[in-house]
Amino acid sequence: MDTFSSVTPVLAQAAFWITVGFTVSGAAIAVFPRNILYNVLGLALALSGIAGLYLFLGSFFIALMQLLIYVGAVCIAIVFAIMLSRPLHLETPKRAIPKVALGLAASAVFFVASASVALRTEWVPAVERSTDWSVETIGHMLLTRYELVFEVISLVLLVAIIGAIVTAGFSRRLSS
Amino acid sequence: MNSLNTYLIISAFLFSLGLLGVLQRRNLIGMLISVELMLNAANLNFMAFNRFLTPDPVVGQIIALFVMGLAAAEAAIGLSIILALFRKMHSINIERAQKLKG
Repeated sequence: MDTFSSVTPVLAQAAFWITVGFTVSGAAIAVFPRNILYNVLGLALALSGIAGLYLFLGSFFIALMQLLIYVGAVCIAIVFAIMLSRPLHLETPKRAIPKVALGLAASAVFFVASASVALRTEWVPAVERSTDWSVETIGHMLLTRYELVFEVISLVLLVAIIGAIVTAGFSRRLSS
Repeated sequence: MNSLNTYLIISAFLFSLGLLGVLQRRNLIGMLISVELMLNAANLNFMAFNRFLTPDPVVGQIIALFVMGLAAAEAAIGLSIILALFRKMHSINIERAQKLKG
């Protein structure tokens, strides 16, 4: 269950906080710089850090899926979109200070509210907790109790693929 | 390892960074990146609750998988819309996308 149980606690804590540092700095790089390519690289860093946090949360499978789907697929798709749409050569308008201040205020209010809710709530664990973290159980549940959701997700992905092809392809035909 | 609150505060921080990005960026791809960040923060919350509170630790992982699938679909659709918009407007600044404005 705990992937890092063999490591000494101090080292495990250090590794945890280094992972958190990677995640937070990657998120900051993903939001603040004006160059869009730095944003994508920061997003990849943050997503890899979140995969590390999933390891600390005890799920090797979800960490692998995170690396595969997000870092491997979504970031590369965003890089492709950047290369196809050439935003680097376009004008970068000046940031309007009031808008930035309002956005900062809104997200700060959200952060303070949710963090205080998380800190003030008395979280009660379930009385009887199963310790079955195996991938076999996940597969079994996906094909029994959550089978309908699983199929609907596949359908959504199929529709999204076809829709993406149609949207990108038809606009090319119209404009050229 | 660490307490539940650590993970909750990390994910709240990530979510508010993503919210800030959505509110202040005017580049459509930058906004999409911030939305991905917010989805990941929510996923981290699911996994933390799954680790510390739930009776059955499979359910949170399955929900995280579903969120990943939906995020992949959202990224594909969003990027193709951005490409179509770029071909029409020759810009991905959202303040240029105002053809319907009277």
